[in-house]
Amino acid sequence: MNQLSIDVRNVSKIFKGFTAVNNISFSVKKGEIFAFLGPNGAGKSTTIKMLTTLLSPTKGEILVNGFNTQNQKNEVRKSFGIVFQDPSIDDQLTANENMRIHAALYNVPKEMVKVRIEELLKFVDLYDKRNELVKTFSGGMRRRLEIARGLLHTPAVLFLDEPTSGLDPQTRNSMWEYIEAINKENNMTIFFTTHYLEEAEKNAQKIAIIDHGKIIAQGTSKELEKQTKTKTLEEAFLKMTGKKIREDETGNEIAKLRMVMRHRQ
Amino acid sequence: MKAIYILWLRQVIRYFRTRSRIIGALGQPLLFLFALGYGLGPIFAKAGNGNYIEFLVPGVVAQSILFTSLFSGIDVIWDKQFGFLKETLAAPVSRLEIMLGRSLGGATVAVFQGIIVFLLSFLAGFKPKNWESIFIIFIMFLMALFFTSLGTAIASLLDDLQGFQLIMNFLVMPLFFLSGSLFPLNNAPYVLKIIASFDPLSFGVDAIRFLLTGTTQFGLPIDITVLSICTVVMVTMGAWLFSKIEI
Ligand SMILES: Nc1ncnc2c1ncn2[C@@H]1O[C@H](COP(=O)(O)OP(=O)(O)O)[C@@H](O)[C@H]1O
Ligand SMILES: [Mg+2]
Repeated sequence: MNQLSIDVRNVSKIFKGFTAVNNISFSVKKGEIFAFLGPNGAGKSTTIKMLTTLLSPTKGEILVNGFNTQNQKNEVRKSFGIVFQDPSIDDQLTANENMRIHAALYNVPKEMVKVRIEELLKFVDLYDKRNELVKTFSGGMRRRLEIARGLLHTPAVLFLDEPTSGLDPQTRNSMWEYIEAINKENNMTIFFTTHYLEEAEKNAQKIAIIDHGKIIAQGTSKELEKQTKTKTLEEAFLKMTGKKIREDETGNEIAKLRMVMRHRQ
Repeated sequence: MKAIYILWLRQVIRYFRTRSRIIGALGQPLLFLFALGYGLGPIFAKAGNGNYIEFLVPGVVAQSILFTSLFSGIDVIWDKQFGFLKETLAAPVSRLEIMLGRSLGGATVAVFQGIIVFLLSFLAGFKPKNWESIFIIFIMFLMALFFTSLGTAIASLLDDLQGFQLIMNFLVMPLFFLSGSLFPLNNAPYVLKIIASFDPLSFGVDAIRFLLTGTTQFGLPIDITVLSICTVVMVTMGAWLFSKIEI
């Protein structure tokens, strides 16, 4: 069981009577890139929050890097890096200061801090901007900084919650180049969520499709197509959920704007 | 320890980087000092109470600490909304360390602010009789830590800035006006005295006033005992409520 990076068994999350995640089970092998694919509101972020100890499951058990998210929180927290769906950097500080705070919070050995920060900021092409306030950064730069920060303590697992949403196609591609490089070089397990079919199909070795809090299918993209006797993952998805992958249904302006941007590509 | 230090440092860096906030928070205490100090000074002297500026300075110093520390709760809500809180909550450090680091940072900033008001009060003609500066800073820090923890406690329960601001408006002025900052409690009506003795700010003001001018209502030992107990209770409560935050 040691080569399992993530092991989720019969996990549910109920918010005041509303079941956001409904009895899901899946596992991710060490070094694998795993996509959690589903429309907005499917329960992806809720699942990531449970995997990263920020929410307690109502039911079930989760192991990350062999540690239990309920009673070995600190070990779990040392094991992963995370890039949240929404920004989580202090934009009144510089890139370097954000990295230093992270290093202190994760107790990165003093002699390694400077070297690691330099290495990672160079990796995401932000080293020249290290002393600039993050509030002057573009969306893509911020996301890159978050990735660099998430890697600072050399985690075994990297969680990415919709890492490319809201980014333009070029930035999206370069983001995936970074992620793949990380995965290859360090054999780091990557768990990401997305509502872009192509993104899951192109980048993940395994995909789990989640809708209304339930995992309705999982496997490689080929396996999913075989299961549903369809030619593309898109058709497979349509067949399984009975619908196209949904766009934001909230009706708010930002969501609409995003939808427009997305269709333009 | 490293986590507490770095989160303390973050608050301090952010404070020095937002000069508008530093200057903005000086307006009110200085207004009180100059308008009330000069306006009511003659009447105060006529009534045989001595120099009003001398009486008032500890009050406005306390007010600036009260204001700055309580409002540091805004940073908690800000960090909830703009995400930095998640970065700390996902890290392998205890909630207590996170809360302590933030609160100590907020308290340090509030003490700075109090010191600035204190120094500016020399412009209003204030001349302290004593100079127990280390001791005064200790009292200021206790007060600041108490009100920062209160701010954190309230902010932990709320998600929006408006709600927080509303509660602050209901809290800051009564705490200030009913504390004996502006008028001596010894000739105040009985009910007012009782109310003031439930306001922790009263004890802070009293202690600072004693250390600067030698006059006191409750006596320094009581001031320090009450302040210390209140601070320990409030830090505990703030830490507990902070640990309940879910995002
Ligand atoms: N704290 C919460 N309280 C109540 N409902 C929530 C909470 N967090 C998420 N939800 C609901 O759970 C569902 C899944 O949300 P989420 O996991 O964010 O979806 P996704 O990330 O897949 O878009 C949504 O219907 C959302 O409104
Ligand atoms: Mg989400």
